[in-house]
Amino acid sequence: MKTVVVIGNGMVGYKFCEKFVAKNENKAFNLLVFGEEPRVAYDRVHLSEYFENGDAEKLCLAPRSWYDERGIQLYTNQRITEINRTEQSVTTNKGEVYNYDYLVIATGSSPFVPAIKGVDKKGVFVYRTIEDLEETMQYASDIKGGKAAVLGGGLLGLEAAKAVKDMGLEPHVVEFAPRLMPRQLDHDGSTALEQKMRELGIHVHLNKATQQILGNGRIEGMEFSEGDSLQVQMLIISAGIRPRDELAKSCDLKTGDRGGIVVDKRMRTSDPRIFAIGEVALYKDMIYGLVAPGYEMAQVAVDQILGRETLMSETIDMSTKLKLIGVDVASFGNPFTSEEEAHSIIFENKLQGLYKRINISKDGKTLLGGILVGDASDYNMLLQLQQNKMALPENPEDLILGARGGEGAALGNVMDLPDEAVVCSCESVSKGVICSAVTEDGHESLKSVCKSTKAATGCGGCKPMVVDLVNESLKSLGKTVKESICEHFNYSRRELYDIVKLRGIETYDELLDLVGTGDGCEVCKPAVAAIFASVYNETANRQETIQDSNDRYLANIQRNGTYSVVPRVAGGEISPKQLIALGRIGMKYDLYTKITGGQRIDMFGAQLHELPLIWEELIQEGFESGHAYGKALRTVKSCVGSTWCRYGMDESVSFAIEIENRYKGIRSPHKMKGGVSGCIRECAEARCKDFGFIAVEGGWNVYVCGNGGANPKHAELLAEKVDKETAVKYVDRFLMYYIKTAAPLTRTAAWLEKLEGGITYLKNVVIHDSLGIAKELDEEMQRYADTYKCEWKEAVETPEIRARYTHFVNSDEPDSNIEFVPMRGQKMPKAWTQ
Amino acid sequence: MDIKELNTQAAVSFDNVKIWYKAAAVDKFPINGGACVLYKGKQIAVFNFTRQGSWYACQNLCPHKMEMVLSRGMIGQDGEHPKVACPLHKSTFSLKTGENLNGDLNAITTYPVKIEDNFVYIGFLE
Repeated sequence: MKTVVVIGNGMVGYKFCEKFVAKNENKAFNLLVFGEEPRVAYDRVHLSEYFENGDAEKLCLAPRSWYDERGIQLYTNQRITEINRTEQSVTTNKGEVYNYDYLVIATGSSPFVPAIKGVDKKGVFVYRTIEDLEETMQYASDIKGGKAAVLGGGLLGLEAAKAVKDMGLEPHVVEFAPRLMPRQLDHDGSTALEQKMRELGIHVHLNKATQQILGNGRIEGMEFSEGDSLQVQMLIISAGIRPRDELAKSCDLKTGDRGGIVVDKRMRTSDPRIFAIGEVALYKDMIYGLVAPGYEMAQVAVDQILGRETLMSETIDMSTKLKLIGVDVASFGNPFTSEEEAHSIIFENKLQGLYKRINISKDGKTLLGGILVGDASDYNMLLQLQQNKMALPENPEDLILGARGGEGAALGNVMDLPDEAVVCSCESVSKGVICSAVTEDGHESLKSVCKSTKAATGCGGCKPMVVDLVNESLKSLGKTVKESICEHFNYSRRELYDIVKLRGIETYDELLDLVGTGDGCEVCKPAVAAIFASVYNETANRQETIQDSNDRYLANIQRNGTYSVVPRVAGGEISPKQLIALGRIGMKYDLYTKITGGQRIDMFGAQLHELPLIWEELIQEGFESGHAYGKALRTVKSCVGSTWCRYGMDESVSFAIEIENRYKGIRSPHKMKGGVSGCIRECAEARCKDFGFIAVEGGWNVYVCGNGGANPKHAELLAEKVDKETAVKYVDRFLMYYIKTAAPLTRTAAWLEKLEGGITYLKNVVIHDSLGIAKELDEEMQRYADTYKCEWKEAVETPEIRARYTHFVNSDEPDSNIEFVPMRGQKMPKAWTQ
Repeated sequence: MDIKELNTQAAVSFDNVKIWYKAAAVDKFPINGGACVLYKGKQIAVFNFTRQGSWYACQNLCPHKMEMVLSRGMIGQDGEHPKVACPLHKSTFSLKTGENLNGDLNAITTYPVKIEDNFVYIGFLE
């Protein structure tokens, strides 16, 4: 059996493995991989997300088990120190020697650190690995509120500046060139971006040549060539990359004058048994610091080793699109054409910080390239027009201005693209492949199409286009993909919410008459009921026949048509006297009792007519509805907290009771659960809840959008070390925003997954009020809290409502079909016969 | 009453009604909702489809899990069929024909309803 050794377990090295095992069907090769980092390959492109969630696992491209299952021998934390080309072997830093038949060098690059005086001072970092980030974060936490600079205003530098901002420091970007992102943007594009960056609190310093790093031992500032200086306590250097070609040099492979291992279009180095791919490879005298060309190189190397004649593309597409703190920036094709080769159409709106430039060939027929700042929503289509040399509309300016006065979008329909158009450049997936995954292979969801074709699994930039293609393909098969809630309303829940609220609609029939068709169904009725509950805080008693099964009778229907009763036990705190009361009532009505997962007591087996009787007694004992039957707040679970626990940092029970009472009764798109833990031991499992608070030194950490259930998901960190009032305010806004915007029956985790921009966007809305709706959300939540009433009290005290609780309309007899059988000293329903 | 017998009973139509049973006053039935009527040991779900200005009756037993619950289900419309959705697992049945609209369960038995002097009458064979 032959052996392939891969040096480097970065993104491209991993991609090589993935593609290799996919094609090495007859297992004719052993695959050995050496990575010098302690971790398995992770996604460096989204490194700044590590600042947001601190979750290294999220960045991981595939777990260790992935390699094991595919028979790949993975050695992390092991650096190759020597290549012996005559012996065809490599030596590790531990002195172990491995032979190869083919060697793949995917060692990537290291950050380029310019030789500036004082660059070795403490507080100067680079931005490349998770370890770099961890060191930077550690340092940043010591200089909280201080200033930090990023040297380099390129793509990666701006990402780093965002990370600096997320770390709570004042970010300064220092760039040698007269503009930001000099490889992608022209002067005016840079100016538009600069303006956006300033609005977001990122300071930009252009035309600055750094002469030396100031400070005694640790950095205190930077001095520039004109004698001016900038006071900073930290510096991240992002001044470009240098290929890691030292191994190649030591074994005399051909390298470029400025570094990089020379490869041909087969990705072969000067030794035909050795390949080089990714940022270490010098192809056509260039190093490509992007993922897509790296992945293509990986594919070429795989095919060549397996004996297929795949060649690297002649020209490498350097188009990029990124979103920096909500600012779109994109550059594609040739962004900098001269007046001789092309006409440029430029649109600029300084008020909105928009800049768009497209370069059209002299004959007006093809798009050569362009730049988009502030709004890159048309990037994918423009890129396709350019790459496929597609015909342009009569007025090419429509491409960036939109068709004015005419029908339809100037960019046309995604389905007009040729089948061979590459939609996902990271994974080289064409339009034809995506569409046939739907039309031929029967995939019906975006998720399964992405899984089977790998489209949109790289940088994700093509996702909107893949969504359109999947939807259009489904439509072509006659399958509907509309977001409307059911056949009776051609609107999403969010739209219906706004209609109800803005037009002041108060009944289901009124809404159906106004914007719906037909007579409704079991899908739209409860969805609209939840909207009324959210908008007016009305109880389920007012329009009982549009409520879901459980809401209609304010109880959970069980297997045999009997109901369960769950009184609220806020925070799980219950007195012996209350326990006795529950016991007495349970015995009186012969109810099966069980402790729930939410720290309360569920009583099963009540017949319909017994419900008001049971609740009347519960209410007399001081209990109120637990809303276990509703899409509403269930419980806020708590640990015992600092009142009793010797580890507790704060009073978790008191907080849980306060918060449960604040949110009780609010109807939402799905059930909601909360948790409060008094310390990081997290006994209340707050991170498995829709919202959770964990007491830490100096305040509360706030987590949102977790759940247990079928797809368990840990909640994400929304805010750190905030006081109780702030914590409540943030969760108020988060819940209100969720209630207003989520689709029916969508838990917070699934909602967040679909929210464009994810947790960062949510933070911006909730903490920084980026939508300007915080005040409105605050007021609405306060109104809920102020207008709460127990709907069971209302039901018991109102004769018309109470009259609903009878099994027969023409008889007082109970339902004689209900049968129970004994079980462990209690009772249970007779099992279903089918 | 034997459950299987009810489940296989032939539907009653206006033409072959032998007995019109006076069940309850109209206002005992919720608007756009249902309630259960007891007749000679049989449980009959009766629906006041106010929105369509019509009334429907069917067996209260859901043939899916054999529970007496259909009268507590939500009613609605599926194309030309007025329907009821079982509160347990949302099986839906046509209130006109009794057929299961979202699965292949046995059809449910339906009964004719008439309103006279603000009273609801259900038609039976016996």
